[in-house]
Amino acid sequence: MAAPLLEIRNLSVEFATPRGMVHAVRDVSLDVRRGECLAIVGESGSGKSQLFLGSLGLLAARGSACGAVRFDGRELLGPDPAALRDVRGTRVAMVFQDPMNSLTPHLTIGRQLSEVVLDRRLLGVEEARARSLEVLRAVRMPDSEAQLRRYPHELSGGQRQRAAIAMALMTRPDLIVADEPTTALDVTVQAQVLDVLREARDRGLALVLITHDLGVVAGIADRVAVMYAGRVVESAPVRDIFTAPAHPYTAALLASVPRLDTPLAGRLASIDGQPPPPGEERAGCAFAPRCPAASDPCRAVRPELRSAGKRDVACHAPLVRAGAPP
Amino acid sequence: MAGSIPASATTDGGLWADARRRLRANRAAMASAAFVVLLVVAALLGPMVNPYAIDHVDWTLSPLASPPSFDNGHWFGTDSNGRDLFVRVWSGTQVSLLVALLATAVSVVIGVAWGATAGYLGGRIDGWMMRVVDVLYALPYMFFVIILTVVFGRSLWLIFLAIGAVGWLTMARIVRGQALALRQREFVAAAVTLGLPTHRIIVRHIVPNVLGTVIVYATLTVPQVILLESFLSFLGLGVQEPLTSLGRLVAEGTLEMETAPWQLLVPSAVLAALLLALNFLGDGLRDALDPRQA
Amino acid sequence: MNERLLQVRGLTVCFPVRRDGLLGPRRVLTAVDGVDLDVAVGQSIGIVGESGCGKSTLARAILALVKLQAGTIDWRGRTVRLDDAASLKRMRRELQVVFQDPVGSLDPRMSVGESVAEALVALEGVHDRTVADARVAATLAEVGLDAALCARYPHELSGGQCQRVAIARAIVARPRLLVCDEAVSALDVSVQAQIVNLLSELRRRHGLALLFISHNLAVVRHLCDEVVVLYLGRVVERAPRAAIFAAPRHPYTRALLAAVPHPDPNAGTLVVATMANDADLAPAQVAGDAAGCAYSARCPFADATCRTQRPRLEDTGDGQLIACHHWRSLPPRS
Repeated sequence: MAAPLLEIRNLSVEFATPRGMVHAVRDVSLDVRRGECLAIVGESGSGKSQLFLGSLGLLAARGSACGAVRFDGRELLGPDPAALRDVRGTRVAMVFQDPMNSLTPHLTIGRQLSEVVLDRRLLGVEEARARSLEVLRAVRMPDSEAQLRRYPHELSGGQRQRAAIAMALMTRPDLIVADEPTTALDVTVQAQVLDVLREARDRGLALVLITHDLGVVAGIADRVAVMYAGRVVESAPVRDIFTAPAHPYTAALLASVPRLDTPLAGRLASIDGQPPPPGEERAGCAFAPRCPAASDPCRAVRPELRSAGKRDVACHAPLVRAGAPP
Repeated sequence: MAGSIPASATTDGGLWADARRRLRANRAAMASAAFVVLLVVAALLGPMVNPYAIDHVDWTLSPLASPPSFDNGHWFGTDSNGRDLFVRVWSGTQVSLLVALLATAVSVVIGVAWGATAGYLGGRIDGWMMRVVDVLYALPYMFFVIILTVVFGRSLWLIFLAIGAVGWLTMARIVRGQALALRQREFVAAAVTLGLPTHRIIVRHIVPNVLGTVIVYATLTVPQVILLESFLSFLGLGVQEPLTSLGRLVAEGTLEMETAPWQLLVPSAVLAALLLALNFLGDGLRDALDPRQA
Repeated sequence: MNERLLQVRGLTVCFPVRRDGLLGPRRVLTAVDGVDLDVAVGQSIGIVGESGCGKSTLARAILALVKLQAGTIDWRGRTVRLDDAASLKRMRRELQVVFQDPVGSLDPRMSVGESVAEALVALEGVHDRTVADARVAATLAEVGLDAALCARYPHELSGGQCQRVAIARAIVARPRLLVCDEAVSALDVSVQAQIVNLLSELRRRHGLALLFISHNLAVVRHLCDEVVVLYLGRVVERAPRAAIFAAPRHPYTRALLAAVPHPDPNAGTLVVATMANDADLAPAQVAGDAAGCAYSARCPFADATCRTQRPRLEDTGDGQLIACHHWRSLPPRS
């Protein structure tokens, strides 16, 4: 099997706050392979966004990341800042949740698209323009010639997000990290944007999709990593996650999402309590206070991530089949 | 449904307590606050410490204006009329502070009421209310004060009324801006759906949420007012004899600058120290009350 | 037949939009365009649609937070007008709201107890401290919060807790109808389920009617007896829950349901073929100006009639309403 494109090893991200150090991500190890879509699922405080912001050196001023992140063999967080500079924006691109924030309001779309390649002298002006039109067509943006001259505020939400994805595609990256790319979009527009991402993945692009929406995950991901309280609690191929989740949190999350394709239940199977605030330290498993199957060893000793075939689980008593708690 | 979240016994006290904590952590602000308190205490007790009255002329001195010395009991020296400067400086500080506080209070009360109402109501009412502010802003202020002084004579009340009458304009603008932003927030919409009348919404929801900004600007207004009063006194329009203020003292001191420099230096030093301390305190308050917490 | 609490007829809300240079005509955005709505005691109605459909504006109009261009709102038989304080007061007592932003809907300078008590004082006129405190504590317990949270402030609580406080504030004076404007959209998935269950429970216990505005169709299916679908300010379909989810008739409703991704990897990729073309038009370009059906620009079945004549809301005979010229002849959903 070919080496993974992105290897994250023992990554921890912490922030200095007036109340002390807050650990947003603790000791996470993940792989992303070429042509594969990895979905990172988690709620607030899970650290899913900070994980990739930290890997790509995009943390806010008070944050620091430690651990190893290798892209195509090159260490990104090492002593050589050139590695990150070379890779970020060219071979790895990021798409954020709110396109109104990630697009510059006073520049036209065409200008912003060209800027990506012109700044790094990858293409000449004419070639940049041709490439801009090419990526706009790839994201199925209607009337691409006219769009080049428009400003972000003149576009609808879905068009803006597609423009943001187009920007990410300009340099023909090997990996796109999309952080909640469709959360702010209408469901019909979301379907179109997911189509675009799927097509990109089918053409060989690796995709990391950070989201809390399990429906989106089911439609596009090849593998899923579930995060809770800064750690990965389960990681498995997408079919396994949905049909037979091993971690009680994954099972509970799946059970608590209301769906359109199953018969109506009387009550939604909710999880008691709330996700822990980022940085909360406690002994034992972070999910124990909310876990219906928690026992004393769960509260005393934190479970390590263990491999079982194609799946990794961090649980003392993983569920055995079909998501039913013991 | 069980109470799903165990509540800790103590609250962190809300936003005011949070602000208090941050202020205490700011050393410059706390030192300034202490200094201001010290000056106030000195202003109140100073005249009592020294046996001389404010307008008592000490004929025993020759020349009448004598430099500071511990021997003759005139710790800050005397002015050209033989009056003890120590007592006069602290009395003057009292007057300056009084004028500043009263004028600031007037401007806060009028400014907040005007600005909060205009900002919350919005639309045409806001337009008219702020046009009034704009017009008043455009009036030549000194002209106004001089005319008032000529018509009503010089009195302490007139001074602080005149200053207060102008000071509220900036406060109104600032508060109006805040109120406009607050109007969009959902908790204000929630208050409307509770059926609360407009005046209650303004008093209960708008004003408490602008208080942070108001406190900061009030603290920064006080030094401005003291300066303004000093300026008026310097021009001869301020307080009249036998009362004195820091501004008057500086004015008198300037005349004797070459022969009796202490007459200028002492009140100027107190004035400068007071203004500096108030500005530091105001800055500290602004940082502490900034709602954008970490 | 239950008593009708809320009756809305021909509700229209417009916003001025400055356009077309200095001397051009003043453009107007019709956010809500002639909407009729009924809510009976204990009924739960879901209002769904995408951005620009006017559902939030509709909610605000019903709550008398925005002015109406046209139309009437009747509360229990009496017309409610923004300038008629008595009618407003009567309605506010029994119609309350929970907003989308849990933390933003609470005054940051007021403690939890104070926020809930304020509702009690304003709506029921309870001034006795002990009585008020007891009611507040009881209501907080009812929404699943420890009474000790009374002294806390919104920024110390989580999103889910704040939303519970907002619900407590809304129900403390025992309203008959609760308007939920995207009340669970800003919450984490696991917390969303808790709040949905809470709302169901409160409905059951108090016979509370619900007007639930949301873009999340799965949640609406769980909570609502009837669903109203809005598109660009107009009602396009209204039907009971079972009918609308199993056999939606209007092309837009079908497209909407087809676009919702199911958390099932075996479901196959979404077929978005019901969209006629790729152009997702910004709503402001079309709203209020469309001579014909608002959906005709995107509808795969649209013809000349659709583009020129505005369809009326028709009764299909089995309790469903639909605004489409061709609803009889549309192929059944595959």
